[in-house]
Amino acid sequence: VLPEAIAQNPIAITVDQEFPSSIVDVATAVDGPVWFVAREHIANVCRVLKETGGFEQLSGVTGVDWWPSEPRFEVMYFLHSFRHNARLRLSVRLQENEELDSVVRVWRGANWYEREVFDLFGVRFNGHPNLERIMMPADWEGHPLRKDYPVHGHRYSYQNE
Amino acid sequence: MKEGEAHVASLDAEHELAIEDPSGIEIAPDQRSSLARRMTLNMGPQHPSTHGVLRVVLELDGETILKARPEIGYLHTGIEKQCEGRKYQQVVPLTDRADYLSNLNNNLCYALAVEKLLGLEIPPMAQWMRVMLCELQRLSSHLVWLGTSAMDIGAMTPYFYTFRDREEILKIFEMFSGQRMMTSYIRPGGLALEPPRGWHTRVAKVIDQLIHGIEECDELLTANPIWLDRTRGVGILPLDVMVDLGITGPMLRAAGMKVDARKDSPHSSYDLFDFEVPTRTANDVYARYEVRMEEMRQSVRIVRQALDGMPSGPWRADAPHVLLPDREKMKTQMESLIYHFKIVTEGFRVPAGSVYQVVESPRGELGYYVVSDGTAHPHRVFMRTPSFGNLQSLGAMLEGILLSDSVAVMGSMDFVLGDTDR
Repeated sequence: VLPEAIAQNPIAITVDQEFPSSIVDVATAVDGPVWFVAREHIANVCRVLKETGGFEQLSGVTGVDWWPSEPRFEVMYFLHSFRHNARLRLSVRLQENEELDSVVRVWRGANWYEREVFDLFGVRFNGHPNLERIMMPADWEGHPLRKDYPVHGHRYSYQNE
Repeated sequence: MKEGEAHVASLDAEHELAIEDPSGIEIAPDQRSSLARRMTLNMGPQHPSTHGVLRVVLELDGETILKARPEIGYLHTGIEKQCEGRKYQQVVPLTDRADYLSNLNNNLCYALAVEKLLGLEIPPMAQWMRVMLCELQRLSSHLVWLGTSAMDIGAMTPYFYTFRDREEILKIFEMFSGQRMMTSYIRPGGLALEPPRGWHTRVAKVIDQLIHGIEECDELLTANPIWLDRTRGVGILPLDVMVDLGITGPMLRAAGMKVDARKDSPHSSYDLFDFEVPTRTANDVYARYEVRMEEMRQSVRIVRQALDGMPSGPWRADAPHVLLPDREKMKTQMESLIYHFKIVTEGFRVPAGSVYQVVESPRGELGYYVVSDGTAHPHRVFMRTPSFGNLQSLGAMLEGILLSDSVAVMGSMDFVLGDTDR
């Protein structure tokens, strides 16, 4: 059962045939469409979108922290199709302790973006080959882009090497 | 087990892990016999050819690179976190500091994103001025790339020519905004200040000098046998792998893909300008050099068109709740004084929503994802920076080439570490 706004969209129909009820909702932002995807289906939907939808490139992945409301995190995927000159945003909402499937096996370029989301938000990606901190030092505590992490204040950390 | 064997075994164990990493390179079985000769070398974080603080961990067999692992984060300054604590207008100076070689493009991208959320209409004069300044910025950024990457390979002279010309562009920026590099000149709603008197003749003069300087470098390098030997056939990666890894900008155009945000999703009246998107198909360091040289000529073309056809009219939008009022009005009109007080103390509210705005920075696709929750502070600002996407391919690009060529490849990628780490 597809949301009404994309019921005629051939790509959305293909996605829905292969993975029923994976697209939960659709919104139109000022710059284009946003698809809300069920958490357990994100890697599958991405694979279909790449293979049959023509979205060759993943421009980026990022997170948004909606603390204190629930579900807390939103992970955003920015897809780009050179062939159709189109862009699409995928959004996944998840609770604090839930995990996402990694899309590194769909686009290799997702590697660093997922590491960044893990580093700065603490969202874990299943099946990521090297889920380590990328911006902060390896022994850093906390995830700086969370809303309950302070902007000001000092903490000294020297990596033991 | 002897000590040497233990060392080899530990390296092997390390590689079992490394093979899982898709950004790394698999070691072919026949190469494993040379394991004992292998050396791990740290290039950076303080190495001149990394143009900043990039660390590359190289696994070497003699002079051949078997595996390269870029490590970033040494310049992470938490810009995205700082954005969340500030008002919308206070974010502009932070965007300057992300990519410090193309700050006006960063300003523009952020301004466009906020304007889209606000639904602001920008007058034509401000749009054309933005285009002209962004193309001057592209010229200055490409000149830095040309000078430094040529110097990395051993050509000393272009460095002096390019930095001489770049200085003239920076003086134009100083004339407009009072700052050479951190201009903050493009702001939500238009420009920061009225364009100064005499800018037209000044820009026209500099542009005429500049095209002469570009041709000088062209004569020095394009047919230079040493330059050709060092750059031809180096740094090749299949096009589909490049797209998969998230590479954008001149690197993709040098591989034959005609992508440019200025043409594909026009903003700021770029569709009114007549310019080409140069492409090459060789996909090596030399092709990237040719593409960027051609881009500079196209940018000169755009600046000349902007000079000839600059529309007259206001240089910022008519939006008193967003833009600070004129100083004169503030002293004579009560409403202006109230607006000034409210914008400075409270900031302006942006309707709730989110937007992903893309512009073509000198390095590739620059995207700002701005989330508003309806207050005067952005809820989240994500910078999709071209250097981050491009640098991810470094490991794949350095595989199997000589150590001395790695310098040429890194130069051709034209990354800025401030842009990568934010």
